[in-house]
Amino acid sequence: MNVVTPFEGIGASVKRKEDLRFLSGRGQYTDDIARPGQAYAYILRSPHAHARIRGIDAAAAKAMPGVVAIFTGADMTGVGSLPCGWQIHNKDGSPMAEPPHPVIAVDKVRHVGDPVAVVVAESKAQAKDAAEAINVDYEVLPAVATMEAALAPGAPQIHEGAPGNLCYDWHIGDKAVNDAAFANAYKVVKFETTNNRLVPNAMEPRAAIGDFDPATGEYTLYTTSQNPHVIRLLMGAFVLQIPEAKLRVVAPDVGGGFGSKIFHYAEEAIVTWAAGKLHRPVKWTAERTESFMSDAHGRDHVTTAELALDKDGKFLGLRVHTLANMGAYLSTFAPSVPTYLYATLLAGVYTTPTIYAEVKAVFTNTVPVDAYRGAGRPEATYLLERLVDVAAAEMGMDRVEIRRRNFIPADAFPYQTPVALQYDSGNYHATLDQALEVADWKGFEARRAEARARGKLRGIGISTYLEACGIAPSAVVGSLGARAGLYEVGTIRVHPTGSVTVLTGAHSHGQGHETTFAQLVADRLGVPVAQVDVVHGDTAKVPFGMGTYGSRSLAVGGSAMFKAMDKIIAKGKKIAAHLMEASVEDIEFDRGNFRVAGTDRSKSLAEIALAAYVPHNYPIEELEPGLEETAFYDPKNFTYPGGCHIAEVEIDPETGKVEMVNFTAVDDVGRVINPMIVEGQVHGGIAQGIGQALLEQAVYDENGQLLSASMMDYTMPRADDLPSVGVATHATLCTHNPLGVKGCGEVGAIGSPPAVINAVVDALRDYGVRHIEMPATPAKIWSIINAGRPKMAAE
Amino acid sequence: MPQVTLTVNGKSHTVEVEGRTLLVELLREKLRLTGTHVGCDTSQCGACVVHVNGDSVKSCTMLAVQADGAEVTTIEGLAAPDGTLHPMQEAFREYHALQCGFCTPGMVMSAIDLVKKNPQGLSEKEIREGLEGNLCRCTGYHNIVKAIAAAQEVMHGRRSELASAAE
Repeated sequence: MNVVTPFEGIGASVKRKEDLRFLSGRGQYTDDIARPGQAYAYILRSPHAHARIRGIDAAAAKAMPGVVAIFTGADMTGVGSLPCGWQIHNKDGSPMAEPPHPVIAVDKVRHVGDPVAVVVAESKAQAKDAAEAINVDYEVLPAVATMEAALAPGAPQIHEGAPGNLCYDWHIGDKAVNDAAFANAYKVVKFETTNNRLVPNAMEPRAAIGDFDPATGEYTLYTTSQNPHVIRLLMGAFVLQIPEAKLRVVAPDVGGGFGSKIFHYAEEAIVTWAAGKLHRPVKWTAERTESFMSDAHGRDHVTTAELALDKDGKFLGLRVHTLANMGAYLSTFAPSVPTYLYATLLAGVYTTPTIYAEVKAVFTNTVPVDAYRGAGRPEATYLLERLVDVAAAEMGMDRVEIRRRNFIPADAFPYQTPVALQYDSGNYHATLDQALEVADWKGFEARRAEARARGKLRGIGISTYLEACGIAPSAVVGSLGARAGLYEVGTIRVHPTGSVTVLTGAHSHGQGHETTFAQLVADRLGVPVAQVDVVHGDTAKVPFGMGTYGSRSLAVGGSAMFKAMDKIIAKGKKIAAHLMEASVEDIEFDRGNFRVAGTDRSKSLAEIALAAYVPHNYPIEELEPGLEETAFYDPKNFTYPGGCHIAEVEIDPETGKVEMVNFTAVDDVGRVINPMIVEGQVHGGIAQGIGQALLEQAVYDENGQLLSASMMDYTMPRADDLPSVGVATHATLCTHNPLGVKGCGEVGAIGSPPAVINAVVDALRDYGVRHIEMPATPAKIWSIINAGRPKMAAE
Repeated sequence: MPQVTLTVNGKSHTVEVEGRTLLVELLREKLRLTGTHVGCDTSQCGACVVHVNGDSVKSCTMLAVQADGAEVTTIEGLAAPDGTLHPMQEAFREYHALQCGFCTPGMVMSAIDLVKKNPQGLSEKEIREGLEGNLCRCTGYHNIVKAIAAAQEVMHGRRSELASAAE
């Protein structure tokens, strides 16, 4: 790996290639596409959390202007259940409960927003009007909106195949060893917390267009997806039984995902199926309220944890019991989130020798819950980093010192945790030191005193975190229940004149792959970024791929490209050797030039490419013409970014409002290809983390009504809620992928929430606050501050 | 059906619409100007902001018939005919103020109006408050705020060129 940083190569903040079309209104998002003759679908959704469908009368609706067709669940004969991609096993080895997930509800609806019927009409407005005229006869059933209610004896049953509304009861770790550690502890610190339920809210609402060509029998689905090949596989093989060769899935420009666009959703199958029935394109675009009721939500854990310590504050053992909300049905990767993406992270950056975790996944009458930025790792990090602060307080230790005392030392890698993962690299003292310096930790008490003089409560909080991303070795995840491989695919196509097209199975929906990936090619092959075109998001163009999530695009997808470039260089050397009448072993390649070692004879990549496509003087006996190579890269391990986040807040005691006054992040994301883009990814992750900590919460009432179903009710972070953020990186290189990269998409959302809450608790320390649940809203804080005040005489 | 005549990006159009048709629907569906986006249904997100007679307007919150006779500018009409970007567009690119690009057109249109109406110059805090009507889920606003701060210097003629993000 060449680590020199030319203007456009690795390490350069190249301005993004994709920006021009987005800035001039020429992006093409799914809803921007108009297929000739397209009709519009509107999906009628359940207003009830739990109800039996006694009958659906659509006669009047069918007669309304512009209506093309109305379909209910009963019409979709032969259509399969929406599949789940990960199977977890219970403690006793039996498989999890995996009840069917109909594309359109058949007998029962199980959450507000569950599809009941689809109206296809000539216009969106006509479809919506007709949907209002459909009469659904519901027998409303008692609903369970919380996990506590769902697990209560005698609770209403959501699925026949899931007794007690339990999806699985899983565990990891050696319980006997763990119990022994607790028996010998100097102190046990207990902590209970809820990780608040979030709505991802990518700015582009989901949309899908189904198209069918009766001449060829080919279906095309345009969809807002992070992984079009996965959608093709899931929908084609399990739901609609369309062979891959007859199903094209296109995910064009996608306006943000954050996990919520990984999953195979009912609407994708509905429009594809309807297009086949009606022989015309069918388009559906979510209204934002539909997004709230149908996009998979995130987080939603209730956890009790205990940390055993010795008298010096060394962690002896960790014990965790978590309830994880699955919602009404299993979304595509839901079962993996609170297990292998959560409990395996509970060692964090610490040498805790024994960890035992048990996780119960629970069905409730709510929208399905699945991966949202970080997926499991923010939940683990929040739990650990709050627990460590609580332990420091109860041990009377300094918050920084207790962390240092328990860090995995920089010379201990590779480091095997007691919960399956083996970390390859990291330096937690270094990121901590750098963050303390940048945030001026030492000067904080003076700032606190200054704020107090102004009547403000100032606090500072720290989080030292780690995550596992770059998912994932296929054999490992397969043994843990994944029903897919998690490699990535890259094709490097060198054209006859030397420009390059990259085909990648990763998908960019804000990450800037068109630029970063072009930089990889520029750095290695010496082709200017402007002459490298990155193609993604179309199963008809890209050979295969597993898509973008889990901060995997560069670590896995970039490594696939790197491997494909290896093949290009190897073939190019043979061509160059032939052209320059040298032996292959004597050909050296350095960024665009094949040179005979020790001479000034060389050929450029463009010359080699031309020879490959015009093979007049060519080793045709031993080499095929052309210069295009594809590689599949299956990672050897996860990658382990880590770092330190420090939040500084000021609370106005009159209102309870938290102002974020400072935020410092020092992240080890491995080698940085484009610092500008990495910083942008970290900014965005931190914004979502601050949103979780202070503002966001999906709220259901006891009947399962979603009270926060619009952007008027759900608090999205706005510009004036957020601080300027100081971001720095401190790289230790990943040891097992050729780029040394780790991943940067999720670190912000993983590291920041506990830093913020630790700061809020610190600000409120004079009020005897041990913990405050997310989101730390002004109302909660005001109540804490005022609980200690003398009551007014009239009260 | 009512008829609306309006000028969009310098070009006159006469379009038949339903009484309930929103300006954003006219732009996106009738005129196929799909750079203006719809991100919510409650006038919260600002992805649909365009300029109507020089003022920024959420085009999801205005009926098409209300725009009869109006001059409308959308993101497509912002760059010069030769493709030279508006300083605000240029600043967004220079400062990496966009990621997925979906909120970007509305954000740029709002930012231009905000800067135009404040020739005295805006502080970081004022820019943040001025963006109250626009949501972005990708950037954390950090670079958007920087881009607007840099663009206002060029728009008000205090600098001839955009300050480099590296400065």
